[in-house]
Amino acid sequence: MQLIDQVQVQNRINSLIGQELYVHLEMTTGAYASHLDSSKHPAATFISNALIQYSQGSIAGNGPFRVGLKTLNGWIYSEGLTHWENNDAERLIMAGHDTQGKLVVALQLSREPF
Amino acid sequence: MQQHILVILPHPDDEAFGLAGTMAKYLKNGDKVTYACLTLGEMGRNMGVPPFANRVTLPEIRKKELEESCQAIGVTDLRMLGFHDKTIEFEDQDHLDSVILSLIEELSPSLVITFYPGYSVHPDHDACGEAVVRTIGRLPEEQRPIVHAMAFSKNTIQVLGEPDIHHDVRAFLGQKMASIQAHRSQFQAAELLGNKTLDDKEIQDRFGTERFWTYRFD
Repeated sequence: MQLIDQVQVQNRINSLIGQELYVHLEMTTGAYASHLDSSKHPAATFISNALIQYSQGSIAGNGPFRVGLKTLNGWIYSEGLTHWENNDAERLIMAGHDTQGKLVVALQLSREPF
Repeated sequence: MQQHILVILPHPDDEAFGLAGTMAKYLKNGDKVTYACLTLGEMGRNMGVPPFANRVTLPEIRKKELEESCQAIGVTDLRMLGFHDKTIEFEDQDHLDSVILSLIEELSPSLVITFYPGYSVHPDHDACGEAVVRTIGRLPEEQRPIVHAMAFSKNTIQVLGEPDIHHDVRAFLGQKMASIQAHRSQFQAAELLGNKTLDDKEIQDRFGTERFWTYRFD
């Protein structure tokens, strides 16, 4: 994973407009959050391989970044994205990692199921 | 007498800190060890520092790490059972139990090692342990293997008391540290040792004993 290049990610978002895509969207504080610190609320959620299509989308912010995708019937929104996989030409793989390198949030788009 | 030990855990790396030395010790004694790992840890949060894995590549990377860990410990019979991380408690119980039962029927282990249900923090750990004791509990009493369970929730000792099984694995810290190191996407092994060696008293105290609770079916 590399630090997000906003221009390149925007280009990739543009290239996927209007196509049927599989999305993986996830956010997690980790299964051990409250075990390690009882003041923390453990929360995690993911949806994998939901089929979506978006008509417009952009990446915003100065890093960590936000991505918003306007879908046929609503929105996909993700905040806290720091990294992307620039070697993956087919899929758009983005994630947000905290200062310890742990994944907090992920947004992934692909023409094929994950 | 040679015995067959069946280890059933949900994630690659669940063996590293609590069980690697014990497995190495059993193998040294001439026992057989089968390690059945339910998932590939697909939903892990650690991607390496700096991140070299991502959500998509993580399962394949962790599969290789698990194989390397087993090699370090000496385990030659590794079964990857193909369940998905975070979903064990939601799986079809009959299916999960039948997979576990078929392993027990195939291997006739005298000892099964897993997580203690209810005291193992991660929902997958608890659900894995629960499936194991549920399946074994259905066997006639005289056919049940002994179950040793790992536990680390904060209330463990308060409720279950002190662990009754203590394995001195100081002689196997080499294998154990190599197992931890194998899971390089998950652990920063170098930070654990710092500038200390495996003979160091602090390291031996910290990693040299592995503890288990014998699960009581009654």
